[in-house]
Amino acid sequence: MAGETTATAGHVQLMDIPATEHGAGFPPFDPTHFVSQLVWLAITFVILYWVMKNVALPRIAGILEDRRDRIAGDLAEADRLKRETDEAIAAYEQALAEARGRARSIAQDTRDKLKAETDAKRETAEAGIAAKLSDAEARIGQIKSSALAQVGEIASETSSALVEALIGVTPSKSEVDQAVKGAMN
Amino acid sequence: MANDPIHQFHIKTLVPIEVGGVDLSFTNASLFMVLTVLAASAFLIFSSSSRGLVPTRWQSLAELSYEFVAGLLRSSAGTEGMRFFPLVFSLFMFVLVANLFGMFPYFYTVTSQIIVTFALAMVVILTVTIYGFARHGLHFLHLFVPAGVPAALIPIVAPIEVISFLSRPISLSVRLFANMLAGHITLKVFAGFVVTLSAAGTVGIFGAVLPLGMTVALTALEFLVAFLQAYVFTVLTCMYLNDALHPSH
Repeated sequence: MAGETTATAGHVQLMDIPATEHGAGFPPFDPTHFVSQLVWLAITFVILYWVMKNVALPRIAGILEDRRDRIAGDLAEADRLKRETDEAIAAYEQALAEARGRARSIAQDTRDKLKAETDAKRETAEAGIAAKLSDAEARIGQIKSSALAQVGEIASETSSALVEALIGVTPSKSEVDQAVKGAMN
Repeated sequence: MANDPIHQFHIKTLVPIEVGGVDLSFTNASLFMVLTVLAASAFLIFSSSSRGLVPTRWQSLAELSYEFVAGLLRSSAGTEGMRFFPLVFSLFMFVLVANLFGMFPYFYTVTSQIIVTFALAMVVILTVTIYGFARHGLHFLHLFVPAGVPAALIPIVAPIEVISFLSRPISLSVRLFANMLAGHITLKVFAGFVVTLSAAGTVGIFGAVLPLGMTVALTALEFLVAFLQAYVFTVLTCMYLNDALHPSH
């Protein structure tokens, strides 16, 4: 029944904003049902608002909050574990460094001790060698002086024999000795 | 008559109710308001009923809507604006579900009624005005005097601001109403072409392919518009609420 009068052009109705009394005009501008629409909108919207405010939104907010808490808790736990791991690594590295230092100091000590021992041995050996050397030198000196003394005697005997052969007179031993000593000096 | 694009907006009384001489009948529009509220409530309540730490698809969708609207409100009105969250969320869900219901053939589009969108817009504007005055007193009037405007310009700027404030409920309601109305009329007109052309014989049937394609494309567009208009309504609501919270811009 609607638009019987304007059936030829539906779009003309769009322009005919004011409605006639019995609601034959453009329905959205027809005030016949305005009150009813407003009342029903109020009823339904208030119910929707109440359900959203008191049931749906707190529940969804709770879900989101739980999840956020859970994630934050898990992250904190992961953080704590990581810190523990880091501490363990640091402790291990410290222990390693200490052990390495101790090994080095033991090696150094051993080296020092061995060196000291070797040095002591060498010193005793050198001292022994030096003593033997001086002994030998003393003996050489002794031999040398005794040899030299014998040289004088041989020279005297030789001189006395030569003099005897030359002049046929045997010189006194003291004279020959004096003369040889003088010549030798 | 069946092709009348306006026919879909007619209100039919389903259960006549009259209180004190005023017609409060339960109409097809009322029915779809009730269905909208039932669908929105059922969606949010049942999808979140398992309270899963790992959400199901439906729960994910409910959480997504929650965080979407919460994000909109927080970014334009700040954390303080969250006190209006139930209202903003209800508006968003109501408009969105009503718009999407309108996409079903033979379903009534509640938001194609100017009185409905105007009432929703008035809910927003009255909330802004009443809360603004209750909280800031006359300081709320600073809304009409933007900071940093030279004193000489105030007599010019203030009336402009007042007019823009008063036109908000109109623009808010007309935008939603007109989008839904125009979209549904266009759809109906193109769909009507298909029927008319295909009745005109073989050539007409082939010719009907064009408006049919147009109808399919428009349907997709209308789904986008249904969401977009709910989004725009919500964003503007958030911005107006921000004025109530921080009137001195």
